[in-house]
Amino acid sequence: MSNKPNTYSAVAEVAYKRVRRSRLQRVKLGLSKAPPTAWFGMIVIFLYIFCALFAPLLAPYGEAEIFPEPFAPWSSEFIFGTDQIGRDILSRMIYGARNTVSIAVATTALAFLIGGSLGLAAAINMSWLDQFLSRLVDVLMAIPSLIFALVLLSIFGSTVTNLILIIAVLDSTRVFRLTRAVSLNVVVMDYVEAARLRGEGLGWIMRREILPNILPPLIAEFGLRFCFVFLTIAALSFLGVGIQPPTADWGSMVRENASLIMFAQYDLKAGLTPLLPAAAIALLTVAVNFVVDWFLHKTSGLRDEQ
Amino acid sequence: MRDKFIEIQKAKLLHGQIGRRQFVMSVLAAGVALPAALGFADKANAAMPKSGGLFRMGIAHGSTTDTLDSGTSENHFTLINGYTFGNHLTEVGSDGQLTGELAESYESADAQKWVFNLRQGVEFHNGKTMTSEDVVASFNHHMGEDSTSAAKGLLTAVTSVEADGKNRVIFNLASPNADFPFIVSDYHISIRPAGDMTSGVGTGGYVLQSFEPGVKSVLKRNPNYWKEGKAHFDEVELLSIIDPTARQTALMNGDIDSMDRVDLKTINLFKRNPNINIMEATGTAHYTFPMRLSVAPFDNYDLRMALKHSIKRQELVDKVLLGYGAVGNDHPISTANAFHNSDMPQREFDADKAAFHYKKSGHSGAIPLSASDAAFSGAVDAAQLIANSASEAGIEIEVIREPRDGYWSNVWNNDAKGWCACYWGGRPTEDWMFSAAYTNDTKWNDTAWVGTDSSKKFNALVIEARAELDTTKRRELYYECQNLVSDDGGSIIPLFNSYVSANSKAIAHNEIAANWDSDGAKCVERWWFA
Amino acid sequence: MHPVIKTVLGRLAMGVLTLFAVSLIIFSSMELLPGDFGQAILGQAALPETVAAFRRELGLDQPAIVRYWQWVTAVLQGDLGTSFSGRNASGVDRSREVVDLVLPRLRNTLFLASIAALIAVPLSLLLGVTTALYRNTFYDRSVNMATLTTISFPEFFVAYLLILFFASLYPIFPSLANVDSDTLFGERLYRAALPALTLTLVIVAHMMRMTRAAIINLLASPYIQMARLSGASSAEVILKHALPNAWAPIATVIAFNLAYLVVGVVVVEVVFVYPGIGQLMVDAVAMRDIPVVQGCALIFAVTYILLNLLADIIGIITNPRLLHPR
Repeated sequence: MSNKPNTYSAVAEVAYKRVRRSRLQRVKLGLSKAPPTAWFGMIVIFLYIFCALFAPLLAPYGEAEIFPEPFAPWSSEFIFGTDQIGRDILSRMIYGARNTVSIAVATTALAFLIGGSLGLAAAINMSWLDQFLSRLVDVLMAIPSLIFALVLLSIFGSTVTNLILIIAVLDSTRVFRLTRAVSLNVVVMDYVEAARLRGEGLGWIMRREILPNILPPLIAEFGLRFCFVFLTIAALSFLGVGIQPPTADWGSMVRENASLIMFAQYDLKAGLTPLLPAAAIALLTVAVNFVVDWFLHKTSGLRDEQ
Repeated sequence: MRDKFIEIQKAKLLHGQIGRRQFVMSVLAAGVALPAALGFADKANAAMPKSGGLFRMGIAHGSTTDTLDSGTSENHFTLINGYTFGNHLTEVGSDGQLTGELAESYESADAQKWVFNLRQGVEFHNGKTMTSEDVVASFNHHMGEDSTSAAKGLLTAVTSVEADGKNRVIFNLASPNADFPFIVSDYHISIRPAGDMTSGVGTGGYVLQSFEPGVKSVLKRNPNYWKEGKAHFDEVELLSIIDPTARQTALMNGDIDSMDRVDLKTINLFKRNPNINIMEATGTAHYTFPMRLSVAPFDNYDLRMALKHSIKRQELVDKVLLGYGAVGNDHPISTANAFHNSDMPQREFDADKAAFHYKKSGHSGAIPLSASDAAFSGAVDAAQLIANSASEAGIEIEVIREPRDGYWSNVWNNDAKGWCACYWGGRPTEDWMFSAAYTNDTKWNDTAWVGTDSSKKFNALVIEARAELDTTKRRELYYECQNLVSDDGGSIIPLFNSYVSANSKAIAHNEIAANWDSDGAKCVERWWFA
Repeated sequence: MHPVIKTVLGRLAMGVLTLFAVSLIIFSSMELLPGDFGQAILGQAALPETVAAFRRELGLDQPAIVRYWQWVTAVLQGDLGTSFSGRNASGVDRSREVVDLVLPRLRNTLFLASIAALIAVPLSLLLGVTTALYRNTFYDRSVNMATLTTISFPEFFVAYLLILFFASLYPIFPSLANVDSDTLFGERLYRAALPALTLTLVIVAHMMRMTRAAIINLLASPYIQMARLSGASSAEVILKHALPNAWAPIATVIAFNLAYLVVGVVVVEVVFVYPGIGQLMVDAVAMRDIPVVQGCALIFAVTYILLNLLADIIGIITNPRLLHPR
């Protein structure tokens, strides 16, 4: 029998447990545990945002500024040379960050807004609205999206707004399917029922009870969808529609210079030029998905022995 | 001994083992006089075509809706394909001169009634002998109310086509036209057996074996071809390879022997490949930027003048054509035409003049310029360069990239768009060019240049020149026409583009024609394997 | 009724309705597109008279609703009609049946899609399972990085890179994949190698990442913890316990990518000059050849519906709760 002094206090323990970390502290703690890949991703994303915001300050020349020499070689004056009409490629890469990333963000966000909210509504409603939306989405998905986008852009004209709207609507069908599928599992849960019985509004339930539980697969999808927007724009510009000149975007820049790659054996630097915008897209995709992976890992509840 | 040496050198030259220069030097060394040596070289290169081989060509066009009906032949694939199995009444030779093809000769006393004497004993691929009846039927295919032919507009002036016996055809025109024999050489007006205009049976040097629209066409040499010394390949495969990178790679890898439309963006690198020859032909083709006088603000003379002065033409040649072309002077007559006005001073970029006219026009705000690479390759880039140079003169131009799809029906020649990019293949004669796009009676008058005093004067001059048979007078009239178009007309014509194609070094040919890409689109008939 | 049969019948009925809606949407978009066949085919040379002659010849002068009705009734009798191209009022009608135009190209497309699928599906499953097994290792990260990089290059660019390496620098495969109906199987396989490889690179990333995510998602479930506690090895846990439950989402993703292989490869077809159905549809849209566009759209829609149905069936079969409902 030990003679330990009785210092245990239930109140103290509960009180201790109830000290919650502030939001900032939790973010700090999370970040400190982030794996190096996530750090790499976050730094890259930060750099891209920085480039996008301060493009006019960072770029040595203007987005549409034309110099006498087309296809100038790499030099100290034009670090990555000039393009077919004599614009500085580095400057266009930097402005491209602004245009491409903002278009991709806007398109993906819009697609998730439309697809996500409709998918959620369909899952909760589960009757006529669900039927109607699901069939509509089936029809839209059964039409080849690239060709459909081509037709729609020809009908409505290829302005940036139309481009964003059309790609967003066509993309939102996939988001709708995903959201609906994952929400169906959640809406039947007891805690949702409890909230409903408690008399919470539909919006509150969607926001506070369902959304947090369906977020991981949506975020995963976001990571890929985001980079598919670049690819769609590149493919559209391959087929002759796309962003209005002289706006620089990476997809069209790959397209414009892609043919140079065939001549890498004659002129390595010229051959590498189309790789620059392609690499810019690739780097961003990898970065975004690394961050997404980290988030997924955190929310999966999987406790890996690390 | 010496003769044998020369023969060997000739053979080497033919097979590309030595260059022309080296050949001449070696023959000179063997004691042949210089002019004779040069003559040997040309003869060796030119006069000894060899027959045989499978010729594979990659063509930048081709659609799954292509047909064998020459009336709706509207891209370079159907053009080249049509010339392999079909002949026409006349043909434009490599030197730009007109010669009879299925017509042995043609004559007219008044330029209004034309008589064509047909070549005798020419057989179609189905064994039928060609007669005047077939020629009349072939022309009727492009005329009449139900005709869907693209050549209909060309033949509106023809009031009747009649057979006169088996070997003679008589055309009556509504008004005199000294250039009518040129018109019948048009690639749409292929001579086919009566009652069978669309199956691909013709009189040409090759017989069609199979045709898969948008993919390929396979042909075999016609053993009874009537034309001497033409059609040398045993077999021909025409492939539609739309992507320029794919086309160039295929040529570099030896998957094809020849290709059209080299991608000028990469031409300086492409040239370095040791197995290919680049060919350039400067012809009548040109890039235009028509402003429609029916749409404000282009109805204003000063605004048009301001824009014409705000273009850096040489920069366009250097950047859009990479030097493969020549500057234009805002009229469509090229140096390859007979009556090119060489006295007219070249219009240059002049910011002061542009600003002066712009101010006088009283216009303000951005001027939209519609462009698409459907008009010509590099049109969007050219439009941006124009916008850039115009801004130096204080003129703001807003470039709009139009969809490729439906460009010719929705953008070009359409009042909805006042100013756009456009392409003309050019025409071998002045009259043909002017009456295709500049006179008041053509539907293709893409500048809507009809009401002004200058245009009225222009129309009268064109009609006068059309009936004029005296060359000196014709020259004067056409010079004045060019002045009027350049000054008051709505079209900005900054560029004459060369046709740039590429061959494997194994291909040999004579001097190449410049009326179309790929040796007047007749490469299949004219070339051979060295 | 057995749940599988019930699903199949229900979905097929729905599929017919979907087809109808697709054809209606495509038809109306084609009507909305400015220009018609005559203008498109004649291009710069179009005259109002010749365009009008084309409209008469093709029956385009009738109201759209009448033409749609005629098309629907013909299709219900199994007749997809003929292409607009080659009909000729002044001569012989040489236009080709839509079926004859589409079938050889559909065969080519399906051939290419199956080769790509035969490489891509096992490969991505293998990569997905192994990366889930060795998650957060160097192997996992490099596979992820590599696949993400290939997925972020535009298709035509991947194609160019492959041509550069395997046709120009090291000429192993031809850069032109121009097969025709006479091409023998071996030759066909050889010619289609680079396009198939391009498509593989393009779709592997998506399928592999979704497989990995689906498995990892299950690893947190209590029954997996249970299996682990009972001493099963990691490989056993994943192959025996996680994978069977992950089939449904994986099948959905695979179906989506297979549909893409049939429908979305027009860019690859253009680069490799492969006569597939995507190029046919793009040409037909550009030329306003409505019967061909409709024919292609129906085939694409059927492909999509069937593949999705297949994915759902796999989902049901691999889930005992759905297969044997109480």
